[in-house]
Amino acid sequence: MLDVKAGDETSFDLLLLKYRSPLVNFLHRMVRDTATAEDLAQEVFLRVYRARKQYTPSAKFTTWLFRIATNVALNSVRDNRHERRAISLDAPTTDDEDAAPMELPGRERSIDEQMIERDRSEFIRQAIASLPEKQRAAVLLHKYEEMDYAEIARVLDCSESALKSLLFRAYETLRVQLAPLVAQPVPHSAGEGKLS
Amino acid sequence: MKCEEITQERWLAYLDGRAGSVERRRVEEHAAGCAACRARAEEFRKLWGALDEVPAIEPSLGFDASVRQRVAAEPRRRWFGWLAPWPRVALSAAVVAALAIIVIVKMPSRHARPMGTNAVVHQEDFNAIKDLGVLENYDVVTNLDALSELPSAAENQPQQPQ
Repeated sequence: MLDVKAGDETSFDLLLLKYRSPLVNFLHRMVRDTATAEDLAQEVFLRVYRARKQYTPSAKFTTWLFRIATNVALNSVRDNRHERRAISLDAPTTDDEDAAPMELPGRERSIDEQMIERDRSEFIRQAIASLPEKQRAAVLLHKYEEMDYAEIARVLDCSESALKSLLFRAYETLRVQLAPLVAQPVPHSAGEGKLS
Repeated sequence: MKCEEITQERWLAYLDGRAGSVERRRVEEHAAGCAACRARAEEFRKLWGALDEVPAIEPSLGFDASVRQRVAAEPRRRWFGWLAPWPRVALSAAVVAALAIIVIVKMPSRHARPMGTNAVVHQEDFNAIKDLGVLENYDVVTNLDALSELPSAAENQPQQPQ
């Protein structure tokens, strides 16, 4: 980033190459729409480029980058809240055409297995999407970007203890919502495992 | 360790695997004797694995080109671009500079004379120079007694040969 600050355009291309995929995925999991996620990711890179002269290496570059990305995503989510449909965990199908896995399915797997896998991943994706925005951002940065607590706290502008509490509540919610996938089998539980 | 001692922070560290080995062993030892915590620990473990099932996506082929296009469309900074983030400062500096130039141009020099006086001074100097010869002989001119000591014209006239 310091090279970009010094005016080296090639270094900006390297940043683009290195961070485009994590950024697009982070934003996709935040907004649940591929086109919007790509548009927002472009906006993030543009903001990085515009702010390159003011960049100071006081924190890790990824912290700075994901702070911008989180702000952009939260603004987008809040702006489009009225358009968003209520997410039902009982909904059998996806509202996102890109929900299908990118890799080609293996020949050895049956269509049923593929459908089950797709349903599982969509079920999990919807559970993540149903989290409050800040909890969702915290989980994505913690689980998928593997950031440490201090770094996530800086991105979300909160204390480390507040972040841990936020994360715990998010994982507790996910544990309950994804009970059909993760709950320990309990005998005599006729109605259990069904989502409310 | 009791159930209450497994705090949110401990559960979180157990979940993401960032707990130290000692801390992790304490949770596991407790869970071994507590069905509720054992079930909870197992569910967290499964949850952590289930979250990995969400597939990642790849940016579209035109993504990089779109970013570069938007970056290329950005206005380039000019030499005074460093002032751009502080427009008020830039405006203030411009006003101060303009005032300074006006003051310097308008302020009379310490040695400068008012307009129109130069011609008069030149005339005085000229007169002084013009009468310089007279002034040099001022004593002679004003002291008429000295003239009486001069020989008369008749005396000075040469004798005509008879």
